Amino acid sequence: MTSELDSSQRRLSHDGAKPDAALLVEHLTKRFGERVAYEDVSFEVGHGEVFGFLGPNGAGKTTMVRTLGTLLAPTSGSATVAGIELHAENRQTIRSRISIMPESPGLYLRLTVAENLECFARLYRLADRQERIERALKAVNLTDRANDLCRSLSKGLRQRAALARALLSDPAVLFLDEPTSGLDPVASKEVHELITALRVRGVTIFLTTHRLEEAERLCDRVAILNTTMRLVGRPDELRSQLFTRSLEVRLRAELADPASVLAGVPGLEGWEAQPTSSYLLTVSDPDAVAPEVARALVRAGADICSITESHHSLEDVYLELVDQDVEATRR
Amino acid sequence: MSFSWARVVGIVQKELRDYRRNRFVLATMGLLPLLFLIIPVVELLLISVPVTSSKFDARIGLLLMYMLIIPAIVPSVLAAYSVVGEREQGTLEPILTTPMGREEFLVGKALAALLPTLAVAYVIFGIFLGIVALFAHPDVASAVFERNHLLVQLLFTPLLAGWSIWVGIAISARSADVRAAQQLGTLASLPPLGIVALMSFNVITPTLGLALGLAGALLIVDVLGWRAVAAMFDAERLVTGSQN
Repeated sequence: MTSELDSSQRRLSHDGAKPDAALLVEHLTKRFGERVAYEDVSFEVGHGEVFGFLGPNGAGKTTMVRTLGTLLAPTSGSATVAGIELHAENRQTIRSRISIMPESPGLYLRLTVAENLECFARLYRLADRQERIERALKAVNLTDRANDLCRSLSKGLRQRAALARALLSDPAVLFLDEPTSGLDPVASKEVHELITALRVRGVTIFLTTHRLEEAERLCDRVAILNTTMRLVGRPDELRSQLFTRSLEVRLRAELADPASVLAGVPGLEGWEAQPTSSYLLTVSDPDAVAPEVARALVRAGADICSITESHHSLEDVYLELVDQDVEATRR
Repeated sequence: MSFSWARVVGIVQKELRDYRRNRFVLATMGLLPLLFLIIPVVELLLISVPVTSSKFDARIGLLLMYMLIIPAIVPSVLAAYSVVGEREQGTLEPILTTPMGREEFLVGKALAALLPTLAVAYVIFGIFLGIVALFAHPDVASAVFERNHLLVQLLFTPLLAGWSIWVGIAISARSADVRAAQQLGTLASLPPLGIVALMSFNVITPTLGLALGLAGALLIVDVLGWRAVAAMFDAERLVTGSQN
């Protein structure tokens, strides 16, 4: 299956121009023996963008993060990470420009929060270690817990400590792999707020998740991966690519002859009756058609409760694509 | 990027802080050496003089062997935990994504096991010598303080520890389980003690030249051990487990 790229990505892939992107991935493939982790994946992430990387379990999201983080060597394809070509000899340079927060916080539990950060500050050879540690702790509101042992922290606080560690080196690209996995709603909300704050600061974030509402809320653009790249774009673009636009009309009582009422409405492409005196109308331009529909219904003597544009969530997009993949596998 | 001692210090400092709060490590570093101090001290104090020369030498050699078990076993437990322990805690992936090179990581891990081992081994040996000097029969004391015995102890303590550390880290890098790694690491740390035992029992006459020659050979083995461990340290395999 070929990758589905938006037009800007196709242009970058084909004209060979020097990319001015935080991440540029072209036809990247990773196999473990016979098993394909991901195949022929291409996308681009701009500076300061929050890019969501979605997919079901086993889709290859974490393997992609590990590849771009130079932990795994790709089988084929090429990539540029934080302006550096992804090659074994550039490994340390790339690592000095990025940070990865894996799904598990990976803190040394017998060390304090500050000691964990100090260790990583030394590994990044940061000159102003103490200042950086204080700044990172402040960014995640963890200053008052700096001297607590990590094992005494809740899951949410550990995630915040891991995020502080990832921010220590002021990375050009921050990879967050399932940052809210296993967190309760309150802790998830805190992490969301931190990501939003980073976004405001202009940090480029590559966020893998299978929490669709999270991606929809936080990301400028999303990519949906299921071993191969299925779609890349803004959430609203993906919705319009996959779903026709529609109006949902709810009346006090069912129409006696809906076909005759709706037949002459300009811009109406189709309709179907729904339960509880509702109708789903397929339209090309909801804003233009809604008044026409209202007029036709009033002429027919119907009592209108509401006319709303039917909204497909990112979850609908995701499920539609996964369904398509399941169907394709069956065939 | 070049090898950075600052990163090595980062790893050593982190490990030492971790040991300090790890009961298992404290027990290994504290109680085990004490055990290997108490047994030879009691034995030495019970030696009745005179005994025949060959039996006497053998007994002294055996008792001094206990001192060399400390640098063989103590670091093997720490080294065996070094990589697989990080994997089990989930800390290996974050640390491998830093700009630190694998040589820096391995040297840091090795030094973190070596430094406390040397401290413990030499302190215990010092206590042992003090007790011998104060309480043992003068003939026993003069046998223990014989130059060759002291040389063997001082020279072979870091070299045996070096062997145990590299074998332990190699096993740790290939293991999926901490306990299995530590058991294997302890077993694998023992073979070099065989040669030292032959010298301690005077089966091989421990001349200065021979001791230095064997120490040199062990040093070469330690260096080769480091090179082998660095070569077999495969971050991809460690991170993905059994995927490839």
